[in-house]
Formats: sequence, C-alpha cells, structure tokens
Amino acid sequence: MSFARKLGLAFIMVAATALLGCDRADPTDRQANKQAGNTQPIEPGPDVQKRLQRAFIAAKPGDVIELAAGTFELTGTLSLDVKDVTIRGQGKDKTVLDLSGQEAGTGGEGLQVTAGPILIEDLAIENARGDALKVTGADGVTIRRVRTEWTGGPSEKNGSYGIYPVQCKNVLVEHCVASGASDAGIYVGQSQNIIVRHNRATHNVAGIEIENSIDADVYENHTSNNAGGILVFSLPNLPAKNGRGCRVFKNEIVENNHPNFAGEGNIVAMVPPGTGLMIMAYDDVEVFDNTFQDNGTVNVGILSYLVTEKKYDDPDYDPYPEGIAVHDNTFTGGGDMPAGEMGKKLSILVGGKFPDIAYDGIVDEKKLVEGKLPDKFRLSIHDNGDADFANLDLANFDLARLKFPKVSRDLAPHTGSRTALRPVQLREVQ
Amino acid sequence: MADRSPLAPREEACCFSRSSWHTVAAAMLVIVLSATGCNRAGDSSTESPSVDTNWPPDNLSAYGLFVDNGATQEPAEGVVPYDLNTPLFSDYTDKLRFIKLPAGGKIDYHADDVFSFPIGTVIAKTFAYPLDMTDPAKGRRLLETRILEHRPDGWVGLPYIWNEEQTEATLDVAGDTVQVEWRHTDGTQRKNRYLIPNANQCKGCHEADGTDKPMRPLGPTARQLNREFPYNDGAENQLARWSKLELLSHSVDSHDAPQLPVWDDPATGSVNDRARAWLEINCAHCHNPDGPAKNSGLDLLFAQNKPAKFGVYKSPVAAGRGTGGRLYDIVPGKPDESIFMYRLASDQPQIMMPELGKRLVHTEGVELIRQWIAEMPPPDDNKP
Repeated sequence: MSFARKLGLAFIMVAATALLGCDRADPTDRQANKQAGNTQPIEPGPDVQKRLQRAFIAAKPGDVIELAAGTFELTGTLSLDVKDVTIRGQGKDKTVLDLSGQEAGTGGEGLQVTAGPILIEDLAIENARGDALKVTGADGVTIRRVRTEWTGGPSEKNGSYGIYPVQCKNVLVEHCVASGASDAGIYVGQSQNIIVRHNRATHNVAGIEIENSIDADVYENHTSNNAGGILVFSLPNLPAKNGRGCRVFKNEIVENNHPNFAGEGNIVAMVPPGTGLMIMAYDDVEVFDNTFQDNGTVNVGILSYLVTEKKYDDPDYDPYPEGIAVHDNTFTGGGDMPAGEMGKKLSILVGGKFPDIAYDGIVDEKKLVEGKLPDKFRLSIHDNGDADFANLDLANFDLARLKFPKVSRDLAPHTGSRTALRPVQLREVQ
Repeated sequence: MADRSPLAPREEACCFSRSSWHTVAAAMLVIVLSATGCNRAGDSSTESPSVDTNWPPDNLSAYGLFVDNGATQEPAEGVVPYDLNTPLFSDYTDKLRFIKLPAGGKIDYHADDVFSFPIGTVIAKTFAYPLDMTDPAKGRRLLETRILEHRPDGWVGLPYIWNEEQTEATLDVAGDTVQVEWRHTDGTQRKNRYLIPNANQCKGCHEADGTDKPMRPLGPTARQLNREFPYNDGAENQLARWSKLELLSHSVDSHDAPQLPVWDDPATGSVNDRARAWLEINCAHCHNPDGPAKNSGLDLLFAQNKPAKFGVYKSPVAAGRGTGGRLYDIVPGKPDESIFMYRLASDQPQIMMPELGKRLVHTEGVELIRQWIAEMPPPDDNKP
C-alpha cells in the first residue's frame, strides 16, 4: 500500500466517521491499525475455503488480506463484508481463485463484497458458476489488475458477469482482463462516478457494459472478439434508472464478431454479434477518439429500448437515447456481415453494407418542438472521417405488415454541436 | 469445505485453538462495531465488549438453552419454544426455534414489523434431519444451532455445529458441509450435502440494508407467530402464551393480530395469499427494495401489490443462465414460460433460487407457485 493510498484511506475513514457523527475516528489509530493489519499471505492448499473465509470474516477495517501465488481451489462463494479492506494477490496470472468446484447453495458469486471502500488487485478469478467478482453497495471501489476468466472459452454455461460492481459510488476498474462471461466481462451498473480504463475484454457476450449509471468515463480499453464491444444501456424496472452521462473515448473496439452466447431472455441476448458500441436509451453520451474496426454488423448503434419489443411497466423510465454525441472517431471496415436476428432483419433496410453509425430514429414525440427535437436531445455526429450514417426510422418498420420505414442517410439533422461532458473525478486518481 | 466424517479425529473438527477463537471473536466484534457505525458501547458505562474474552462462547452449552446437553432439544427453564406459520424452506430440515429473554426483559410488540427485543435476548434455531420422516419416533440428527444474540451493539449471528456424538455444538464462523441421509415422506431414501452457512451468509439474509446495515431477526413477527403451538401443557396460541408469560410489554389478543397464511394449508388462505406468503418468506429477505438483491428491482414482499414489481412481465436483469431461455419472471397463465418456475425448480448453481442456504428443490412449494402462475389472470394494464 502506497503512502498516498494510506493517507487517502485514512482521509476517507475520517470523513466517513465525521459524517456519521462518531467520535472514535482518530487518524493515528487508523494508521496504527493499518500497520498492525494482517499482511501474512494466505497460501493455497487444504481447507483453503475455510481459511480464506475465516480471514475475510475476521478482517478489520484497514487490513490487507494478502494471497500467496498459486491456485486456490474453492468450493463456494467467498464473501467479505468489512469496510476498508484490501485483497491483494501476487499477480493476475499468479494468484488464481478457481471456482470450478463451486457447490450449489453456497452463493451466486466467486468473490462477493458488500462493504466499501474496497481495493482488490493482482489476482484472477476463474470459472465462477455465477458472477466472478461482485461488489454491491460500496462507496470507493478499486479493482486493479484483476483477471476474470472462464477458461473453457465462451459458453452459455459460463457465469454472467466477470467484474461486476453494482449500486456503488466512486468506482475504478483498471488494467483488468475479462474473458468468457456469458453476459458482460466488465459491467458497472446502477452506480455513480465511474472510471473504466486500460482494460482488455475479449470473448464475452458484452466486453464492457455501463448500465443505469450516472457519470462514467470508459477510456483506453481494448475490446475485441465479443458479440458486442461496449454497451451503454439504460433499462426499465430497476431501482436506479435513466442512466446518463457517459464518455466513451480512445478505446479500441475491434472485430467484435463473436456469436452471442447469452441465455435467451437476458437483455444482452438481443445484441447482434458484430456490434462495436451500442447505446440504448442512455442520455448524454459522448463517443470520441475511438478506433472502430471490422465490427461486422454495426460499428455504432444508437437505439431506444422500444426496439427490443419487450414489455415493461415503469412510468418513470425514459426509453429514448438523447443527447448523444459521436465525433472524431476512426472507422475502418465493419458492417459487411450483419448477424443475429436484429442485424439480419435491419440489414434488409439498408441494402449492402450496414452503416458505420446506425440510429433507430425513434424519438419521444412529447419532446418535439415544431416537429423537431430540441438541440440538447438531438444526435450530434461530426468529424468521423468517411464513416457513413443511417437513420433507420424504425418507428415505421413492421415487417409482418410489410410496412417499411424511410431510411435516411442525411446527417444534416444530426450535426448539432454540444458542450463536451465533464471528466469523471475520483479521489486519488489522476 | 471438508466433509465431516465420523472417522476424522476430533481435533480436525475445529481447527482453531481457544486463544485463536478469541482473536476471531474480537475481530467479529470489530465487525459488529464497524457495521453499526458508532461504538455505542463506548458511549455508555458498560465495559467495551472487545475485552470480553469469554464471548462468544466456543460451545453452545454455555448459553444454557437446553436441559442436559441439548440432545433432546428440551428447552431449559425460561426458554420458550415457538414456531412460524410459513417458514423458510431449508432442505427439508426440521427447525426448532427458541427464545430466551434476559431477566425482567420485555418485548415491544409491533403488529406489522419484527418485534423489538431487549438487549440480552437470545434466539436459537436448531436444524435437524429426522432419520425417518414417516416415523418421527426414530429420532433425528442435529446439524447446527444458529444463535442470534442481541448485544449492546446490535444483533450478532453465530453458527454452532453439532458434533457427530450429538453431545455438543461448537462455534465455527466459516460454516461447513455435512453429509446427511434420511427416509423422505414418500418413503424414498434421500441424501444431501447439507450446507451450514458462514457468518457472512447469516448477514446476507438477516442484515437490513442502509448505511448501518444492522442485523435483525426475521421470523418473530406477529403474523408469523399468530398460530397454535403444542406446548407440553397443551396447545395454545403463541401470542396468547407470550402475553400470559409476560414476555410482551403489553397483552395482545391474537384475534386482533395479523396472521400470515400457512403456505400448505388451504384453510388459511387462497392460492394467491399462500403463494405470496411462500415467496416472501423464501425470497423477500433478499428481494425487497432494501435487500441484497435490490439491484434486480424484484420485490417479493407480501405487501407489494404492483404486479410489475413482483415479477409479472418483468424482464430479467442479471439472470444469466437463470432465464432458461424465458423472457419474463412471470407470464400470467403460463408457468412454463415464466423464469420463476425455471429457477425455483433448479438445483444448479447460477440457476437455482434461492441461491443460498439450500441445495434441494422444495417440490411442494414449487407446485404452489406453479398453480398460482397458472391461475393468474393477465394484468389489466397489459401494455407493451
């Protein structure tokens, strides 16, 4: 633990305690506590499930739980419910939590954390039966140099999520590798103030997904060989709804053409293989300086939730994507082999290559002013080289009734300028 | 988790020496303190529990809840046995419940919420397999006794595991797995690797959410307790008995108290009411607006009256393989198109619900839910 981090954690604890009106927080105590913290590495071997679980239960705020190199053969979910703990391995290829032997009834995760702040670094979680690493309800989540993988490769039988902070605040996921998840490799949902950067997500259904969150920066990640590279989704019937504020920039979003192996019924199951970036029902998304290459169905799709044709009953939910800016990206190839039910169905509308940037054109008619969306709700698409665009006008598409929409390739209505979104700021993060 | 073989040396049943247990005990207290946010004990004149080296006890017998060594589960003087209308399904175990109040302590009765118990209250729940469910006289195998103790800093959950000889139960915060076998109600011989949860898993169900995340008891509510119990001196309504024993701060007429249907007794409620009772008790400790599964948006509390909230035409969020290829949690009239049925009828990790604290399918409960969905009319407002 660096001195800066110690200070940072001490600060957080003091601040948190001050907020709670308690009088027992003394920065000196906290420092002493940390120094007295358990740093003896736990070794793999017999009875490791119990040894690790006991250590997690006995941990005190400020403790570092150090895991030795080697493979930890676990038989059930490991859970941590103590604030301000660090779980540290010896490297994401050296310390492996192997959940291949996970028994039914032990929980739905490999590692489950329900208290924050939490720092998890330098380890791998393999072959979880459910989610690999789930963090719920924590303020201050750092997941760094962690690998989550299903080692048998993509399969519908793999667990859902690799790295999965949900309902958290101040989340940093960096230098991680996620592979084989039957939903999203890296997923941050119903959270606020998020940075996802410098990660590598391959061979998942979705590489990286931001869902129903507020203020996320997703940058300098590599996503390839997923069914969908990056998803930015806002879904109904969730406690935190109407996701807004997401910057997706400087990512490599390349050859995400893997068949979709999600279980039917999951929202990601409808993502067409060959999707680079899909924005669904989110508001205020800025997509810039990314490299999109050879995503076979569509490099960038901008859709309302209504295209899923799923029922929902949620009067507070806004199913339309609004305030979306796509600018200064580089597009190479892609759109030449539309796949999946939706990809094939929509490809008949465009004839030939699918456009680099496809928009469903479904708008909230209540927001129209003199027949037009006000500027702040409109798309803003500009400076994307020779990328092509289509408004698919899906509101007027009904294949069964042979009703076909008026596809428009005219960018003119969608080039409104927009102020750049503010960068996400996290404590201790440059 | 190692199996607890009867051939294993006794020392292996508990890997911790007495002193290291106290390290864990002290650490658990820190958890309790940090979970409650403030060191309330430090504010009062009571001694800080972090120096109480005798707590928690290594052995269940230290609580003095039972006569003799507890093998018969006969409650000691001042310990009151009780039962619930609709209990959580726990792999067909028998569950024996007991409560002991501190001397002079009284329970504050709440009609619609868990009662308020005085500091010092101990609630115990013993899990046991009858050797033969068709003939209780053949005896039973005690597995574990879970203690919920109301400490000055809040409730603490402690799992005590019964030894093979059935003479003592010892604390193990890490839980365990026990191989069990019994003759089922249908006469078949059944087996199970029964899971004893670890202390975090206790919290998984018993922790209310929120900043302080205090633990609390789940079972002892008026509507769960409002039923007869076969006391040694005759059957009597439990609320009436608790009133008579002056366990409650004021006397309660059971006829005025709410009553939860008994899930498998049609005389106590409609299919809808019994299904909703079963769902609340088996699912809503996580699936409520403040529970550990709140991120799913599914609320299975009995009082939730919005169909979309309790699953009707609700799309799954993070179900993964758990959808079974089905689109909605509940499709009215169509149990075989409802994700509920797929997950409740599964014993596979990642698919099965509940995902914790059980491994077997509750066949009879699942049948009730099937009937409920099959008979459910489509919602009035069936909009896309």
